[in-house]
Amino acid sequence: MPKQKLVLIGNGMAGIRALEEILKLKPDGFDIVVFGSEPYPNYNRIQLSKVLQGDTTVSDITLNEWQWYEDNNIRLYPGETVTKLDKKKQIVHTDKNKEEAYDFLIIATGSNPFMLPLPGADLEGVTAFRDIKDCELMIDYSKKYKKAAVIGGGLLGLEAARGLLNLGMEVDVIHIADYLMERQLDRDAGILLQKELEKQGMNFLLEKSTAQITGKDHVTGLLFKDGSRIKADLVVMAVGIKPNVALAQASGIPVNRGIVVNDFMETEIPNIFAVGECAEHRQMVYGLVAPLYEQGKALAKRICGVNDKGYHGSVLSTQLKVSGVDVFSTGKINEDEETKSIKMYDDWNGVYKKVLVEEGKIAGSVLFGNTKEGTKLLSLIKKGATIEEYLEAGQTEETGVDFVASMPDDELICGCNGVSKGTIVEAIKGQGLTTLEEVKGCTNASRSCGTCKALVSDLLQYTLGDEYSADQKETVCGCTTLSRDEVIAEIKAKGLTHVREVMNVLGWKKEEGCSKCKPALNYYLGMIYPSDYVDEKESRFVNERLHANIQKNGTFSVVPRMYGGVTNSSDLRKIAEVADKYEVGLIKLTGGQRIDLLGVKKEDLPNIWADLDMPSGHAYAKGLRTVKTCVGANFCRFGTQDSIGMGIDLEKKFEGLNTPHKVKMGVSACPRNCAEGGIKDVGVLGLDGNWEIHVGGNGGTELRKADLLSKVKTEEEVIEWVGAFLQLYRESANYLERTSAWVERVGLDHVKEVLANKATRDELNERMDETLAAIQEPWSEAIKNKTLLKELYEKVNVPTGSN
Amino acid sequence: MEQMLNRVPIGALTDFPERLGKTVTVGQKEIAVFKLSNGRIKAIENKCPHRGGVLADGMVSGEHVFCPMHDWKISVVDGKVQAPDEGCVQTFRTEIEDGQVYILVKD
Repeated sequence: MPKQKLVLIGNGMAGIRALEEILKLKPDGFDIVVFGSEPYPNYNRIQLSKVLQGDTTVSDITLNEWQWYEDNNIRLYPGETVTKLDKKKQIVHTDKNKEEAYDFLIIATGSNPFMLPLPGADLEGVTAFRDIKDCELMIDYSKKYKKAAVIGGGLLGLEAARGLLNLGMEVDVIHIADYLMERQLDRDAGILLQKELEKQGMNFLLEKSTAQITGKDHVTGLLFKDGSRIKADLVVMAVGIKPNVALAQASGIPVNRGIVVNDFMETEIPNIFAVGECAEHRQMVYGLVAPLYEQGKALAKRICGVNDKGYHGSVLSTQLKVSGVDVFSTGKINEDEETKSIKMYDDWNGVYKKVLVEEGKIAGSVLFGNTKEGTKLLSLIKKGATIEEYLEAGQTEETGVDFVASMPDDELICGCNGVSKGTIVEAIKGQGLTTLEEVKGCTNASRSCGTCKALVSDLLQYTLGDEYSADQKETVCGCTTLSRDEVIAEIKAKGLTHVREVMNVLGWKKEEGCSKCKPALNYYLGMIYPSDYVDEKESRFVNERLHANIQKNGTFSVVPRMYGGVTNSSDLRKIAEVADKYEVGLIKLTGGQRIDLLGVKKEDLPNIWADLDMPSGHAYAKGLRTVKTCVGANFCRFGTQDSIGMGIDLEKKFEGLNTPHKVKMGVSACPRNCAEGGIKDVGVLGLDGNWEIHVGGNGGTELRKADLLSKVKTEEEVIEWVGAFLQLYRESANYLERTSAWVERVGLDHVKEVLANKATRDELNERMDETLAAIQEPWSEAIKNKTLLKELYEKVNVPTGSN
Repeated sequence: MEQMLNRVPIGALTDFPERLGKTVTVGQKEIAVFKLSNGRIKAIENKCPHRGGVLADGMVSGEHVFCPMHDWKISVVDGKVQAPDEGCVQTFRTEIEDGQVYILVKD
């Protein structure tokens, strides 16, 4: 029997999702053809705002690669639009004069952005925010222009505005209502949201109605009905979407707001289905992604002849995808005569919670600032739970694990990607998953908005029991439950740029952290954003804040830089003079071949540095300390290489580098290893004709012999390998983890394996060079900076009897 | 007999860096003065009860300072050492008037 022909109009999330469900039920049941107007394979439209915000790229949001269509024998015509539909003959016609007959037709044409019919709406520089093309246009404009205006203070408008801010534009958001997101939030939450976004740099014009988009060919601004004007080089219209029903309407398929479908997604015309944003089910048109999964399933079962109860509508929730803002709402959002509410409003911390109760049942909720309860509330509303159930759960401190245990297997955990509890549990068991990241990778759960992370984590605990808790990660400190890797992933994903922002957004238990996490976050941010991050002196331990080592009596020590441990008579004279002038308590040689001036008063530090006119020796830093060298081939009768020259080169190259913990190096010119490279973080050993690079040695509390990393021929290669090694250490070690502990933890083999690849070494060195390029010499910086001198080094002296 | 409190000016409010400490010597007494992130000024004795560390150079988090010597955590509001360590340091009242910071010390 020839296969039945299935044609899908619309290559978006809804249609493809339905196809996936069909393929699951009847893998070889149909001859499938897909028409899509956009020239891309199916991508995750809800992630577009993240592309605009710079957190991800277009290629990363592709859901089905070209290969997927091929693998499933689907003929895809991208960039081709169906223009006509003959429902009697069961044929579709396209804009490229193709005809395709069908046995079943699925219409999944989605929505079109609603463009206000304003004068000037057709000017250059006016765009919607709906597809990749719009996204690219905005990115392009941000490079050439400064001022953007977004019409619409709803979900989409605010996500677009945040994206444009990230792209460096000034953004005005024009909104017709008197508070933001009025369809998803109540006034209290809307006002909190506005405050937060204003802090992020957005400017709001509320209760404004646009009369005209001004400009000749290109947009120059907006004119409002009240007569006021603003300037704009780019206007983004984000006032809403409307179901794309033109084709259906023209073909005589009954349409209301959307294409009318029954519980099985069937239109009133035989063999024609509609799914997604273009479909209207029980008077509801959904503009969000979550219902697609249930709709797709119902449709697939019908087409494949599987009996099912069909689709019965969805309870929706909204989440704003803007970094640093947690907003959630679901169900009913505003009180009326029938409702009672439970409210919590903390203006100080910017946290708001409202749960609406109707006839004893939870009817809706609005959360701001802390949205952890969102998924739970949504789930309770879906099952029609009473308010007592919610309150008792809170009082008896029902754990998340108990909660997920009580869920039925087919309950959706991840609304964005349609992943059910059963799927996740199966994946954990079947594929031996143990971490959130693995679950994300295997099932897609929590891949999009991330709200369900807590639930997934609870599912891991529920499925693995003690195994999971035994596998508990090491958190950054007691202020958070997140590990170093999780914090770094969040910083990158959310584009966090300040220590306090990280603490705030990631829900630190103590608002301002502690002496452990502050310097750690400061380091991680500097590592992630080498060129842009401004080091936070308040988050530095005193030594690194003041660029000197504090001593037990509150005085400091000064160690000037002496590259490779080599000095000269003029530097020694300066040091001697300074020691006399400032009555230095003790002059001592350090273990790293430097001269240490001890017992210096804090207020004298800047003057000493100025008098010395030598660079800082960074003897106080979590960074490169010293490169100790032996005499080497120039003088030593055993020396085979120029260890001093090599040491100086290394020290000049990596001087001032911040690392997770201090880094000491040694370069020797023969196996006698006089510079003690065997107990250094990096020990370079010159032999006849080659160099050995040893790493992870430590002469301190945890004595450890360095491991041989590689053997190379030239000085340049030494620098290349050391650079790559240090950068790998910088990027993957915990703050305050020495190379010795880090090498032990990740394994020497792992380090070797990563660094064996030349391309990887080059990439690491590229990032290293970017970091090195931003380094400033701290002593000369400090003495130039009057504010710094006053704030950090000056003391206030009030003699007694002064008044 | 009630002791007189002396109101001593120690500088303009803007002279004090936020979330950092400053050493202020009044006569023989060394005081650590902190400007918290909420803008308030707090003053405590500049000497950790553990080994005499200079608290003015410690890291400030919220209403606590961490001693730079051995990381003892001390409240800059009531001078109490936080668990697991024990002890307390003297606190001083401060006042801000017309952008000028004053400290109240016994004569």
